[in-house]
Formats: sequence, C-alpha cells, structure tokens
Amino acid sequence: MYKYDQYDQAMVDARVEEFRDQARRRLEGKLTEDQFKPLRLMNGLYLQLHAYMLRVAIPYGTLDSRQMHALADIADKYDRGYGHFTTRQNIQYNWIKLEDAADILADLSKVEMHAIQTSGNCIRNISSDHFAGAAADEVVDPRPYAELLRQWSSFHPEFSYLPRKFKIAVIASDTDRAAMRLHDIGINIVRNDAGELGAAFYVGGGMGRTPMIAPCINDFVPLDRLVTYAEACLRVYNRYGRRDNKYKARIKILVHELGAEEYTRQVEEEFTLLLDQGVEPPFAELERVRTFFEDPLFEADASPDIDRSDPDFALWVDRNTVAHKADGYVSAVISLKPVGGIPGDATAEQMRLMADLAKDYSFDELRVMHTQNIVLPHVRKADLHALWTALDEAGLGAPNLDTVEDIIACPGLDYCSLANARSIPVAQRISERFAKTGKTETLGQLKLKISGCINACGHHHAGHIGILGVDRKGVENYQLLLGGSEAEDVSLAKITGPGFDEHGIVDAVETVTTVYEREREDGERFLDTYRRIGMNPFKEALYG
Amino acid sequence: MRLLTGNDLKTGAVTWWTGSDWSIHVEDAADVTGSEDETARREEAARRVNAPYAIDAEMQDGVPRPTHIKERVRTLGPTVRPDLTLKPAEPDLGNWVI
Repeated sequence: MYKYDQYDQAMVDARVEEFRDQARRRLEGKLTEDQFKPLRLMNGLYLQLHAYMLRVAIPYGTLDSRQMHALADIADKYDRGYGHFTTRQNIQYNWIKLEDAADILADLSKVEMHAIQTSGNCIRNISSDHFAGAAADEVVDPRPYAELLRQWSSFHPEFSYLPRKFKIAVIASDTDRAAMRLHDIGINIVRNDAGELGAAFYVGGGMGRTPMIAPCINDFVPLDRLVTYAEACLRVYNRYGRRDNKYKARIKILVHELGAEEYTRQVEEEFTLLLDQGVEPPFAELERVRTFFEDPLFEADASPDIDRSDPDFALWVDRNTVAHKADGYVSAVISLKPVGGIPGDATAEQMRLMADLAKDYSFDELRVMHTQNIVLPHVRKADLHALWTALDEAGLGAPNLDTVEDIIACPGLDYCSLANARSIPVAQRISERFAKTGKTETLGQLKLKISGCINACGHHHAGHIGILGVDRKGVENYQLLLGGSEAEDVSLAKITGPGFDEHGIVDAVETVTTVYEREREDGERFLDTYRRIGMNPFKEALYG
Repeated sequence: MRLLTGNDLKTGAVTWWTGSDWSIHVEDAADVTGSEDETARREEAARRVNAPYAIDAEMQDGVPRPTHIKERVRTLGPTVRPDLTLKPAEPDLGNWVI
C-alpha cells in the first residue's frame, strides 16, 4: 500500500501544528466559534450531539495493521474505547475533547493518517472497491488511480471552497461495489477493444435530499489524461455550481439543470484548454504510485481445499468469503453487524484483533467497506478456519454478509446533530427479528439501509429495502422504500406510502419480506422480485 | 419553560445554564424565559460554551424535560449505549428519553 514520501509527511505534520495553534487560540478565547468552526471542520472535527466528533480519513478504505492499531489506541486513549466505521470507508470517534484534538492528529500523522478534507466543501476522501487488488473480476487495481486523485485533490487551492462537498469513487470492474454512480464523480477503469486502459467518467450522482444516478459523460478517457479530465469536471462545477442555495449546490443539480449533454460539452471545452497547461502529473508519477500496490507474494501452490466439516464455519465461508484472483485465496469479510449490535462499531480490542489477524493471515492489509464491515483481502483458504475461530471468539464471526442482518445504518439521532430520528435501534430490532425467525438464510441477498435524515448517510435510496427516519411533530417516524440498488444495476428506491412508528417499521419490513417469499421465482433476489411484480403487491400487504 | 443549553467548549459535553453557571445535569437547569437571548449573548461572549440556544421544556416529577426528542437524547446520551449515558445505573431512563 501507499507510503508517504517526505512531501506527504511534511504537509500533514505542518497541518497538525497549524491546527494545534488554532485550537489553542480557541481554548484561550481568542477565536469565536464562528471563526473556529471552518478551521476545525477542515480537520474533520465536528460538534455533534454529545461531544466533538473526529472523522479520520482512510484513503480508498485501505489500511495496514500498524494503522489499525493506532486507531484502536486513539479509541482507548482519547475516546471511550470504540470507533464507528462509516459509509464512506472512514472512521469516526464520538467523544473527542477539543483539548486533545491536535494530539490525536499528531498520533495519526505518525502512522501516515489524517483527518484533512473529511469535512467542508472540498474533495473528500476518495473511496474505492473494498476488494481492489484482490477481486477476481477486476480489470486492474483501481487504487493507484485513487491515490493519484488523492494527491491531486489534497489541498488543491482551486477546489478548497467548492459550492458544496464533493465525493469521488474509483472502481475497475463491471461489478460495482463502491456505489460508484451515486457519487459526484464515479470513475470506472475499463479496457477498450484495443486492450488499452482508460477511465469512464460518470458525473452528477448522489443521494441526499435529491437522489440522482450519474450519467456517463465520457466512456473512455486515456489514463494519461485522468487528472486533467477530473480537473475539467471540477472547474465547470466550481464556476457554475450554485452557491446561493446549499440544497441545490451539489454537482448533480448542475448536471441535471444544464443537461448531461451541455455539461459534457463544457467539460470537453475546458479539458481542451487544460491539455497543454501541465495539469497532468508525469506518467512516471503514476508508475511510482503503482509500485506501492503490487501484488503480495501469493503462494503459487496454495491449497484450494477448505475443510467444511464444521457447519458453522461452512456457513461463514459461504456467506462471508469472496472469490480472489489468486488460486487458493479468498477475501474474507469481518462482519461488524452482530445480531442486535450497532452497525459499524468496533471496540479497540476488536480493532487490535483485526489488525493482528491481518498481519497473520492477509499480508498485513485491511479494508473498510462502505457497508461498514472490514475485509481481510488476501487470505489463504487453508487459514480460513483458524481465522474464523479467532473472529468468532471475539464476537466478529457473524455469517451475514449481504443478508437482511447486514444493515447499513447512519449514527442517527443517537449521535448526529442533523438527524431527525434514530437509525441504530431500528437496525438492532430488525436484525434481532430476522435472527429470531430464522428467515435470514432463506431471504438470501437483501440489502437494507437506514438513514436518520434526508441527508442519506445510511444510503436508504439505494437499499433493496430502505428506511428513512423523519421528524413528525417531534415524534420519530419511518418511511419505507423499496427497489433501490447501489450496485451495477443501480436504481433509486421508491417510498411505499405513509410511514410507521419505531415498532411498526420492523413489522413492515417483515411484511414485505413475506410478500417476496410468496411471490419470488427461482433464483430471484428480493430486488428482482420487486422489479418484476412492482410496488402494488407490497403496498397491499402493508396498507390493505 | 425555557432552558438554555450548549456544548462545553473544552469537552463538547452538553451543558445547561443554571442561572449562575453551567451544569451537565438538566436537573440543575434554570428557567430562562424572558432572559434567554441576553444570557445566550453574554455566555457566548464569555466563550465557555459553544453557540448556546434556548429550548422548550416542561417540568415532570420535579425535573425539566425537554419537549423535543433530540434535546432529550442530548440530555442523557445515546439511547443505544446506556453504559455511556450520564446515568448508566438507571437503564429505565430510556423511557424518559423516548
């Protein structure tokens, strides 16, 4: 994985000291909150319901055991012994003191991490496929391109005050595991008929209060023009994106209002102007970055066999391991969704265990999934039983990847100052309900996503089943949505009808799964059945 | 009744105006009806508390209870982690919040 050079380290260290001075002046009363707020947000420090919250960037979700140990140490030393892995592959700490914040950033810097650009109207942490470099179906490892874009976007002076925040995802396979088309820019690295690599650009997607699927504006940008094309996309947005209304300020609104064709025309015009202005880094830099992402030394004769005599282990293998490009290996998903647990939360001890297991079994690599789980990307099949045994003993062996128990949930009203309703308790009750009824297995793939407000951090628009918490005259109310997908078959979920209370929404989810069980045909997922039969049978079951 | 609340500058902890100082316990909160704007301005200027603001509340069993659920969650802590609330030994307080 990528290692900081002297410039990276110097930039991050300088930012730590700059923030230390800013925090000191705030604590001494020399800065008002209005003056300090934009400064702390530039360093990922929010003020949430109960305390300051620090969001730490995990570039394209990749980290090593040393970094995961550091995250665990921060949880113990400065927080309350746990952290929350987010839907953008980052980690958040919920109980931070302002007087500790600079020390935390300094500790992060020692392991080549930071919280820069995890907030504010700038280009945020670049996300990617959590199976990058391991997936059997990828064209190429997308992370070198994500890293190049990370370097380009870090402290980019022109894009530090965009009309609104800006999120980029990079993948390199037909299977979309990063919600690519629901980002401001989604990039898919593809190979053309001549065997050359290029980048397909999808621009203007997003969730939030106005969900949109990004249209493809260019299906093949040569990779030696990747950064220049991204710069052109940003320039047009920065110039014409609305700054008068924050609810209409995202690039999706601009692309929608201009029309994809006109937006594309302006990008191409800008791209032409930029071509000879030296925006693109030398190709040698991409080659240098690429060397950090070379394959580890996979054993050529790794055994393809797995002893499945233990049924609990066999179930975990079936559900939580994914095909790998190297024979004898798989990617193993560590579920942070125990039945009745808080999606995405991990204790410091669990983080340390995951770090140690990554070192022992996965070439020292971990990935954070946007679905709030952790991946060990390169595990020998022969090591799976030992790995599962260690995970299971620590409460990390839930065999529920992509099932109804594998719920995405934002922090909701339990932590977030923007939220209107709690998300976590709904997730807890749903996973308990399905675990109790034993239907999790028979329902198969069913992606359930919960947001506590319209900002959609819980990706409810993209859930096969989505839940949106709203405030109805001071009482929590939950809207039910069906038919969303953030994968390659991307679609936006639709609301079923009137909302439900905290208990009613759990019953409603069970009701729609009953309709699915009744109506499904061979091999159909919940989403397939919904798409075939439409909303009405579900509405009839819910509302009579 | 009206309560004045904010987050402590150093810790970010939820805090309530008692009439003379700030407390993390809502039981100590004073009714600031009629004086909330002036008190908020003065305390904002003193820079001990971030962006204080006034909320509606009602007395219930001798304790001020914020009207809105968001403020009740703020008062005690996350409902999903009773061990991290202000009163971890009183799990029934979840009913007070919801």
